[in-house]
Amino acid sequence: MTDMAHIGAAPPLPKASSHKTYLPGESGIWVFVSGELLVFSMFFILIAQGQAEQGAIFDQSRAKLDLGLCVINTLLLLTGSWFVAIAVERCREFMRDSGPDKRPAQNSATRYFTLALLCALGFVSIKMVEWGHKLHAGITTGTNDFFMYYFMFTGIHLFHVLMGVGVLLFLRAASRRPEITPRTMRIIEAGATYWHLVDLLWVALFALLYLI
Amino acid sequence: MSEKMRSSFRPLRAATLAWAVLVAATLLAAHFAHTAQHRQSEAKLAVAGIIITAFAKIWLIGFQFMELKNAPRPLRHAFDLWAVVITSVLLKICLS
Repeated sequence: MTDMAHIGAAPPLPKASSHKTYLPGESGIWVFVSGELLVFSMFFILIAQGQAEQGAIFDQSRAKLDLGLCVINTLLLLTGSWFVAIAVERCREFMRDSGPDKRPAQNSATRYFTLALLCALGFVSIKMVEWGHKLHAGITTGTNDFFMYYFMFTGIHLFHVLMGVGVLLFLRAASRRPEITPRTMRIIEAGATYWHLVDLLWVALFALLYLI
Repeated sequence: MSEKMRSSFRPLRAATLAWAVLVAATLLAAHFAHTAQHRQSEAKLAVAGIIITAFAKIWLIGFQFMELKNAPRPLRHAFDLWAVVITSVLLKICLS
């Protein structure tokens, strides 16, 4: 009878100090993450092969990129991920705690999701400026293979960031609910995992397109 | 400090430490980039440094921010294996 009562309910979350294994979010988000990692692995290999086969063209083209803007963008995404990790922990505190002292945790979670959102919007703005500079200089996808990869892969990543902005807006709204149930917490964790994936993919693109 | 406060500070401290390492690694990678693009003699070593630093960062994001450190072992090991395989493949392509 007790088991019947738990059917359909999300399993309880562990305490932070628990040594048991725990999968954040729903299992579906991890299937999605695995698929994304495999698809982007192909993109990474394509860029590396281009570098190996057309080294001179890739080096000359890379010299036209703005490394400073890209470093700022990378730091924005890393900082956004840090804010999301803090916000998720605050949501857990809010869900676990009872009594009048739980409200500060909720306010803090919302604040950190807002800061992460600002990081995401900062990334999009800088990317627009960067692309604007390139297009203004007459550089397009047709210039050479390097810039074809540059626009295509940073464009696909930018689409992920824009989706991430929507996800962060949803997470911010979820953190403001009067109560966070275990089921809501799972959804918040899944959204946070998506945002960290966006950050993770950028780290590889940053290295392969801008640094090597 | 109560156990409740300690248990909530621990993951936050770990996330902050991970963020500091990721920022430092980004700046280190930018330094490697300068070497890779301006000093032909050390270019291959710098490229290796850039790729290894990038995938070490990626592993840290997975381990700490995506919380794979708490995930079931098969998922955690699958991620570790992916990181090692893609790093090796990229190093082989870029350094050959």
